Amino acid sequence: MGGTVSANHDRANLLEGRGLTKIFGTLTACDHIDLNIAKGEIHALLGENGAGKSTLVKMLFGSLEPNSGEIFWDGKPVKITSPGVAKKLGIGMVFQHFSLFEALTAAENIALSLNDGSPISTIAAKARALSFSYGLPLDPDSLVGDLSVGERQRIEIIRCLLQTPQLIILDEPTSVLTPQEADKLFETLERLRSEGKSILYISHRLEEVKRICDRATVLRHGKVVGHCNPREETAASLARMMVGSEVKAVVRAPAEGIETASALLEIRGLSRKPATPFAIPLKNINLTVRAGEVIGIAGVAGNGQGELFESVSGEVLQQDAGSVRIRGKDAGAFSITGRRLMGAAFVPEERLGHGAAPRMKLSENLLLSRHATDGKAFVGSGGMVKNGSVYSAAQRIITAMDVRKSAPDPEAAALSGGNLQKFIVGRELDRKPSVMIVNQPTWGVDAGAAAHIRQALIELARSGSAVLVISQDLDELFELSDAIAVMHNGELSKPLPIAEATFEKIGLLMGGAEPGHAEHGMEVA
Amino acid sequence: MRIELVKRPQRSALFSMLSPFIAFALTIIAGAIMFALLGVNPLNAFEIYFVEPISQVWQLHELAIKAAPLILIAVGLSVCYKANIWNIGAEGQFIFGAIFGSIIPVLFPQFEGPLVIPLMLLLGMVGGAFYASIPALLKTRFSTNEILTSLMLVYVAQLFLDWLVRGPWRDPQGHGFPQTIQFGDSAVLPELMPDAGRANWGFVFALVAAVLIWLMMSRMLKGFEVRVLGSSPRAGRFAGFGFNKMVFFTFLLSGALAGLAGISEVSGAIGQLQPVISPGYGFTAIIVAFLGRLNPLGIVAAGLVLALTYLGGEAVQSALGISDKVARVFQGMLLFFVLGCDTLIHYRIRLIGMALTKANGTAKLEAAPKLEEAR
Repeated sequence: MGGTVSANHDRANLLEGRGLTKIFGTLTACDHIDLNIAKGEIHALLGENGAGKSTLVKMLFGSLEPNSGEIFWDGKPVKITSPGVAKKLGIGMVFQHFSLFEALTAAENIALSLNDGSPISTIAAKARALSFSYGLPLDPDSLVGDLSVGERQRIEIIRCLLQTPQLIILDEPTSVLTPQEADKLFETLERLRSEGKSILYISHRLEEVKRICDRATVLRHGKVVGHCNPREETAASLARMMVGSEVKAVVRAPAEGIETASALLEIRGLSRKPATPFAIPLKNINLTVRAGEVIGIAGVAGNGQGELFESVSGEVLQQDAGSVRIRGKDAGAFSITGRRLMGAAFVPEERLGHGAAPRMKLSENLLLSRHATDGKAFVGSGGMVKNGSVYSAAQRIITAMDVRKSAPDPEAAALSGGNLQKFIVGRELDRKPSVMIVNQPTWGVDAGAAAHIRQALIELARSGSAVLVISQDLDELFELSDAIAVMHNGELSKPLPIAEATFEKIGLLMGGAEPGHAEHGMEVA
Repeated sequence: MRIELVKRPQRSALFSMLSPFIAFALTIIAGAIMFALLGVNPLNAFEIYFVEPISQVWQLHELAIKAAPLILIAVGLSVCYKANIWNIGAEGQFIFGAIFGSIIPVLFPQFEGPLVIPLMLLLGMVGGAFYASIPALLKTRFSTNEILTSLMLVYVAQLFLDWLVRGPWRDPQGHGFPQTIQFGDSAVLPELMPDAGRANWGFVFALVAAVLIWLMMSRMLKGFEVRVLGSSPRAGRFAGFGFNKMVFFTFLLSGALAGLAGISEVSGAIGQLQPVISPGYGFTAIIVAFLGRLNPLGIVAAGLVLALTYLGGEAVQSALGISDKVARVFQGMLLFFVLGCDTLIHYRIRLIGMALTKANGTAKLEAAPKLEEAR
């Protein structure tokens, strides 16, 4: 299928994959995938989570060996048996999750991956020159631990460029950037394209793909479902190709009478010292979430959102009991169980190992967060667990949230990310909490499931609960929120009502410009 | 050539169940080689070691006497280990249980009646729990490694007992032997069937403890808490389960059970305190716990097997003149093979040739995402 498309293309192929197939047990992650990347193009690889994008890329980068299929590089058949081989051919990769040592400098990290014995000072000089020429400012002598996520990504990109690759693979590169940082990245990518390099760009952000990519290959359930020129498509038509059906748009009726509604979650002058040398301190955070509204917290990852979540959830207690108030009562001295009993519910960022115990069944994972709030329903006399009622409650959530699974009560780790997230969110919604705090509600969740989760959160708010959503996904926050506040370096801006908020304004706040912050600080003082 | 362990994407349920049996078979094979090297006919030796010690009813009673402390201690340890908390000091907690429980018969021998035994057992549990609370306190307060502290406290307990029976608690009419007075009749744990053999109530305690702990671990919220904190501590914190509380809970529980084993042993099988009251039950129980797959019911079976290694060791010593240290060798091999089997259930071995190593240097870094994908 792909072969015919490339034949129509005017440029020569740099890389061509034919019939690439990868099977894991009973799952065919990639099913006869054809992919052609021409010289000097930015090629998008689109697909929902679990569509096979990562598997395909890992085969191209030599981390996985295909069960069948061939790869041609510059027209010649090649076997990419390891990342070392891929690098030698001229394939570089920037991973979604960085592999950097926080305690080393940028240059030392680069030296570790180059592994060619050249002295650190030479590498630092090269890196500095390269970063300058591509407009990716970076001080090679700075400690990675002190750098922002955007800066860390620059190290990864420069590390990749130092190996002078012909093909650069970028896996969801903008998910950790502010809109302004993303713009810079796009400039760099366009520059690389003009130098004749090819880029394979993996993303689920359709607007970006439309903006910078020349061609797109769309995957669904491990198969290629189409090739297209993203510039000629609309975001909706691309989404339809990815999902295979119409994605329901999230409906958000305007919230009414919020100003007079009671404040269900209040954070007052919350500060927290960093728990580890690389943690972010929280500085005098103030926020009120009223009944009926959704407040979003935007921010680049690692600006204290995790610390804020831990503090509000009660996984970490506050010295000043009044710094976190739930339904008008001081909650700072209460543990997470106590706060749940006050009517709050929490969904953490990490699904496996935090929100759910991976090796435990879904029914057991239901008990995980609800053993106290539903003590009567789930735990009988003498602390015996009522397995029957836990099981049926789990099934009720599974049905309500349309969780797809292979067994009646599988282990959490056996579910796909999106389905597990639907269960974890559903587990809390099922309680009808009056305060709901969610960190990254749809991180790595496919479009259909994400729309489902967002709609459910809005409906919870409209039914009279206070919902606080922490997210790195600006599109999501604009879809969900009645007001958006921005977290930067442990400080929280004043929430901007959604009518006033623009990507531009939020983006500036994410980057550290804080209009209105001084005023905000004074108000507290 | 280099050997590497690669995590398996899936554990085989069948082999998880078979692993204790495979380990036992491997122990027998290695034992046969050992006997052959010692110049003894292995078949003959095995008959003396494993069959003869349990061929008569009174011998089964001896088996129960040896198995009781092993099961009691191991059941408590299984809870610790399920919570990923490593109490290695059950031997010391056993000794402290024995010492605390002996306070009544040694210091107040005139106190008699039906209350004496229950009080002694209670004190024994308090003693074991008290001694186990030390490493728990050190761990929660100062983040010390509980493996080291609980282990080292074993030696403290052994020397403390030694000092007690040579010093303040020595029987004045004992002709200078380092031992306390013989316990009075009401301080001796009754035998179950005095006509058939010596087995005492300790064995019943062990079975009851096994069933109760099994119930707790499989059916109760507390057991769920233990399993969550042991398998994913962060999810446990999210559930509102306190890790420090769990450290205390598991240490106090396992300490109390070890203490109960200690006082039962002294009051039932020995009848007085002496410098050495345990042939290493507290350590052997670690093997029992793992051989029983940390399942209290499996531990009952494993306890009986390990008890047999003690009896067999005594039997080969008297019949063949081989040191009874052979029992320790068997126990060691058994633990080694159990852990080996368990490792191979979770990992497979990959051999890497030297020539390839260099090329694979980078490939290794990618192994982790590869496995995640496979999962």
